[in-house]
Amino acid sequence: MENKITPQEYEEYVEKKSPNSPILKNCFNAFWVGGLICTIGQFILEYCKYINLDTQISYTVVSVVLIFLSAFLTALNIFNKIGKFAGAGSLVPITGFANSIVSPAMEYKSEGYVLGVGAKMFTVAGPVLVYGISTSVIVGIIYSFF
Amino acid sequence: MKKIGSQTIQLENKVYILSSASIVGPKESEGPLAKHFDLCLDDEFWGEKTWEKAESKIIKECVNMVVAKSGLASQDIDLCFAGDLLNQCISSCFGLRSLNIPFIGVFGACSTFIEAISLGSVFIAGNAAKNVVCATSSHFCSAEKQFRYPLELGNQRPPTAQWTVTGSGSVVLSTSCDNSPYVTYVTPGKIVDMGIKDANNMGAAMAMSAVDTIITHFKDTGRTPDFYDLILTGDLGYIGKEIVIENCKKEGYDLSNNYNDCGVLIFDKDKQDTHSGGSGCACIATVFSGYIYKLLKEKEIKKVLLVATGALTNATTSAQGESIPGIAHAISVEFE
Amino acid sequence: MDFINSIDWSLVLKCFITGGLMCIIGQILIDKTKLTPARVLVIFVTTGGILGALGIYQHLIDFAGAGATVPLTGFGNLLAKGAIQEVQTNGLIGAFIGGTKAAAGGIAAAIFFGYIASLISKPKIKKQ
Repeated sequence: MENKITPQEYEEYVEKKSPNSPILKNCFNAFWVGGLICTIGQFILEYCKYINLDTQISYTVVSVVLIFLSAFLTALNIFNKIGKFAGAGSLVPITGFANSIVSPAMEYKSEGYVLGVGAKMFTVAGPVLVYGISTSVIVGIIYSFF
Repeated sequence: MKKIGSQTIQLENKVYILSSASIVGPKESEGPLAKHFDLCLDDEFWGEKTWEKAESKIIKECVNMVVAKSGLASQDIDLCFAGDLLNQCISSCFGLRSLNIPFIGVFGACSTFIEAISLGSVFIAGNAAKNVVCATSSHFCSAEKQFRYPLELGNQRPPTAQWTVTGSGSVVLSTSCDNSPYVTYVTPGKIVDMGIKDANNMGAAMAMSAVDTIITHFKDTGRTPDFYDLILTGDLGYIGKEIVIENCKKEGYDLSNNYNDCGVLIFDKDKQDTHSGGSGCACIATVFSGYIYKLLKEKEIKKVLLVATGALTNATTSAQGESIPGIAHAISVEFE
Repeated sequence: MDFINSIDWSLVLKCFITGGLMCIIGQILIDKTKLTPARVLVIFVTTGGILGALGIYQHLIDFAGAGATVPLTGFGNLLAKGAIQEVQTNGLIGAFIGGTKAAAGGIAAAIFFGYIASLISKPKIKKQ
């Protein structure tokens, strides 16, 4: 049999056959879980304000606490279930960044603590640091000329 | 043994499938076919430290089981054909290193099981061997690790994604008859690349290769779909299954009555949340060894066309934006 | 309790809605464009960095508090703002110091807790 349909036609055909992600449901779940995670951050922020912490330090406290919670839930094998339910709701907040560092660290433990955990920790989150830090360096260089 | 048509081999001396064995993991043990498998594990590690070790143990125990069931002594087995999905087929190599049987490693992605049986049958039909054992394995965790993301990453699987079957299936092929089903035709498939790049839609990437092999098999043998009681593809899942039915119909072959897919059979889509169905080397291996072989033995069905499908891709090629070529190998198993 | 009384509830509400909307943007990117999670995160952190450099992101932080800092755009903003501040005090070399310095807490926490998690736990199969 010759391939009577072109790849483009086949792709369109497959697209029609494939069920779409339930985007409304996904967005709803992402909205409230993501909002809730940010709200937890806001409560921590309010508490920092309440005990008169410096604003800059307060934001770091929020990040560290949320990263800890995310790492804790990942280690308890719970975070992936939250992620499956909430999608971007748990990915976009800093919890998703933490999970994407913790999960390969756990996964590659079987290859040892240096070549496994140490080397593979940033397989998913590495790009975030590469692009985030590179952006900041470029911003800083541009700024230094003005 | 002779070649007929464009790419089919007719085995004039029957190659008997003397015995079969299957071992499956925890998720498959909750699926609709659970009661047919020889051994259901409730721990994906099976007491081992790594998933890779667990997969090796699964295929090793599965081969030991099938040899024991065949009634043959292991020194009577001339050859072993085996393969899996992990890089350089390490599950089968490591698992079977203590087997002490000449070993031929095969790779055809998820089509490996039928590829192994095809080779084994041809070796036997050509008098190069008397008894052959064929086995494949796959493991959800080791496959996810190699092809996708860490297990604990909180990502969502798209509805087109498939679930790699944890387990192993094996058969012993033989010249001698012990009231067993036998292989009559072997149709090795061509590589068909439809340009699909979505690694989360393997069924669609492989479906057209199955269509190509199925139609070629019918043309070469002069058979029609209704000759078979069951036509079974390996791991196309729900989307691939639909594509096969529609595209075979376009060519004038109506599969709608007796066609199914192992990826569809092995899981309960709604209860087990497996999206488009099962996949992996162990998908058709366990379904055939556990379920279909039993149906043949009990004469519930008499003629089966097995078409195993494979997606010939790896993590590097998909990161480089290459498309996913598909392949499908078919064998006809009968028992009158 | 004084702490409960000190909470600015309208800010909490704005935080919830803003954070939620950010996640909806991420969800649409994932579902509609087949972008992988890593790519979505890169888009967020880079966008946040650019908006932060232009001074736009600060308005969102003033409006929504943690609703703007907790999503990864906030992380990008933190990096860019850190670089700018360090350039102001130390000149060009600050561009290489400021970003990482500002985000050091988050990065070190993620690495450290990731390491600890790998010591005490191992991945389990997703039953569902």
